[in-house]
Amino acid sequence: MDEVVIDAAGMHYTPLNREIRAAVAAGARRIRLENVLGQRFIANGVRGDVEILVHGVPGGDLGMFMSGPRIEVFGNAEHAPGNTMDGGEIVIHGSAGDAVGHSMRGGRIFVEGAIGYRGGIHMKEYEKKRPVLVIGESARAFLGEYMAGGTVLVLARHGGPAVAERGLGSGIHGGEIILRGGIDPVHLGVGASQVALSDDDWARVLALVREYARRFGIDPAPLERREEYTRVVPASARPFAGKYAWE
Amino acid sequence: MSPSIGSLPPKYRVTVDPDRCMLCGRCVENCAYGAFRREGDRILTNSRVCTACHRCVAFCPRDAIDVVERPLDYRSHPVWTRGVREAIYNQARTGKIVLAGMGNALDYPMIFDRLVLDACQVTNPSIDPLREPMELRTYLGKKPQRLELARRGDGEVELLTELSPNLCLETPIMIGHMSYGAISLNAQLALAKGVTAAGTFMGTGEGGLPEPLRPYQDHMIVQVASGRFGVDIDYLERGAAIEIKIGQGAKPGIGGHLPGEKVDEAVSKTRMIPVGSDAISPAPHHDIYSIEDLAQLVRSLKEATEWKKPVFVKIAAVHNVAAIAAGIARSSADAVVVDGFRGGTGAAPRVFRDHVGIPVEAAVAAVDAKLRRQGIRNEVSVIASGGIRESTDVAKIIALGADAVYIGTAALVALGCRVCGNCYRGLCPWGIATQRQDLVDRIDPEAGGLQVSNLIHGWTLELMELMGAAGINSIESLRGNRDRLRGYMIDQALMDVLDVRSVGA
Ligand code: SF4
Ligand code: SF4
Repeated sequence: MDEVVIDAAGMHYTPLNREIRAAVAAGARRIRLENVLGQRFIANGVRGDVEILVHGVPGGDLGMFMSGPRIEVFGNAEHAPGNTMDGGEIVIHGSAGDAVGHSMRGGRIFVEGAIGYRGGIHMKEYEKKRPVLVIGESARAFLGEYMAGGTVLVLARHGGPAVAERGLGSGIHGGEIILRGGIDPVHLGVGASQVALSDDDWARVLALVREYARRFGIDPAPLERREEYTRVVPASARPFAGKYAWE
Repeated sequence: MSPSIGSLPPKYRVTVDPDRCMLCGRCVENCAYGAFRREGDRILTNSRVCTACHRCVAFCPRDAIDVVERPLDYRSHPVWTRGVREAIYNQARTGKIVLAGMGNALDYPMIFDRLVLDACQVTNPSIDPLREPMELRTYLGKKPQRLELARRGDGEVELLTELSPNLCLETPIMIGHMSYGAISLNAQLALAKGVTAAGTFMGTGEGGLPEPLRPYQDHMIVQVASGRFGVDIDYLERGAAIEIKIGQGAKPGIGGHLPGEKVDEAVSKTRMIPVGSDAISPAPHHDIYSIEDLAQLVRSLKEATEWKKPVFVKIAAVHNVAAIAAGIARSSADAVVVDGFRGGTGAAPRVFRDHVGIPVEAAVAAVDAKLRRQGIRNEVSVIASGGIRESTDVAKIIALGADAVYIGTAALVALGCRVCGNCYRGLCPWGIATQRQDLVDRIDPEAGGLQVSNLIHGWTLELMELMGAAGINSIESLRGNRDRLRGYMIDQALMDVLDVRSVGA
């Protein structure tokens, strides 16, 4: 059983997920979901090495707690795809809502277009897990707040600024946010600071740029100018130290 | 520039009576703060470092040690209390937010102590739990609005209504969430053994589930807090239930912060963060900005665990607690935990600990009333926590509408804790709030587990006696039974909230 096709038209998310789990358990390598329209929680907590193709617009918390599968969405995604995700991949051929990759610990998310508020908020890393969130166009306010690990990369392909709102990386205490086209310093959050990319950083970014280009079938060349990128990192590993004294 | 405030009066004075002392050295060994030292044939003390944890007193074979509180008084003044003055000295020196340990330390009246319980006389006989069964078993989770039944061909009746998963407690007393990291592994193990023996449950806190606790996972409620530390699908599947922590009674409205120094190898493993990194739990969950978002997280957790686990939502008791609980009851959650402002904690800003939130008695009464009025009381169980000190508190809060309680501090006291309030220093001489191995080893999980189950057992026996005396043989008949309570010197406005009458009425 290589590919399983599920027609999600009019289906509630619980039976849909039940079918996905059954297919994974039966050893499906690829699951194609047709006519997805707003079903939340698709592939929540699903483990294993399987590809899930979503045709349509999935609802919130796509792939939450997921550990392993690779999801590709042919459409936009709603609130918090990849929420608290542990491993695997989500590729979105479109844009996504707020809190994309919220508290993500591992795996990778590629969004072709733009994302909403609070993207990559509280992303973290652990041992070999280093989550990655790549956004093709722009992100709204509070991107990468409280980040404790991983990489957020915003490519600003639409020609405007990657982020043009406040709260970028406030409280960041690990990881990095990389923006093409720089950022107006007034939009930097408390505890975030801007630095230039080192050679190592650039090698990492370049690999992600090419990966993005490959996935969405575009030419990476216009995105390969190192001088266009800036890196936002924690000003200190202890943003909240120094705020408290003991009784 | 040298500070001009000088040092503050010591909090305690420790003295050793040389006539009684046999120079065994146990106090020197036991004190984690270095208050004792031996010089020649005398034990000398350094009172300033004492926290009144009583570890020395408990292990001195000769009762030679005295610990006296506030040996040096400030001029007494009802407005300018010692606490107020010392916070000012502290802030004048540091310019920071003052953190403090354990629960609310202000002298608010205890509502529990102004409620009295009922007993039978003459007209209805009391029940002796020795000779009659007492039902304390408690099911937490959704109860169906009504049951649909069908008669099968063979005459048997079949249940058609699909029931939600419930937790079955042998006694309505559980232990609340205290994370690994905040408390030691041996402390958690002792609690886990205790609840398992008592047929009840405990919370993991936001510290993940350390491997040695897995044998007890069927008695553990795994927590999902705003930092999502230690949360993955494996963790969620292991728990008997899942609890979303929105807020905490000791510090409503603010997040948590485990400093990097406390994130050692073992803590790093369970929280799934690098060694030495700060574990910052934001004040809100950043995927929950509305009651609809909360419903989404509740359902997401259920969906990820295939609707097999009850999901609880814990909130701090705040002014609007009843309306918030009503929202939670409609979110698919199975229980709402109402954490009152006396709840303990390892560390909270002093101003929050002492001034934010409301008492659990009023909060639970208001939540129960609101849910009943809206006809959705069956949708969620109500768990009361924060300041439950003894079995009468359990009886009273159940009569005010709770289904069960979480205890926290009381369970630690069963392990030796003296409520000294220095948990944040990581040197707890009782091996509870520390990760230092020699201190952790002071708890034998086996013996500690017995102490914890003894405590729960003792309270359970007392509960049975209290119920029997009131002519009640099932905990369900006590639940929300305000008629069994009377208020003693409580003002009318509060009586209305509690929905109880005055003594004599
Ligand atoms: S524990 Fe008691 S008897 Fe032993 S040295 Fe200390 S004060 Fe003396
Ligand atoms: S747990 Fe905290 S309050 Fe209790 S004895 Fe240890 S340090 Fe003191």
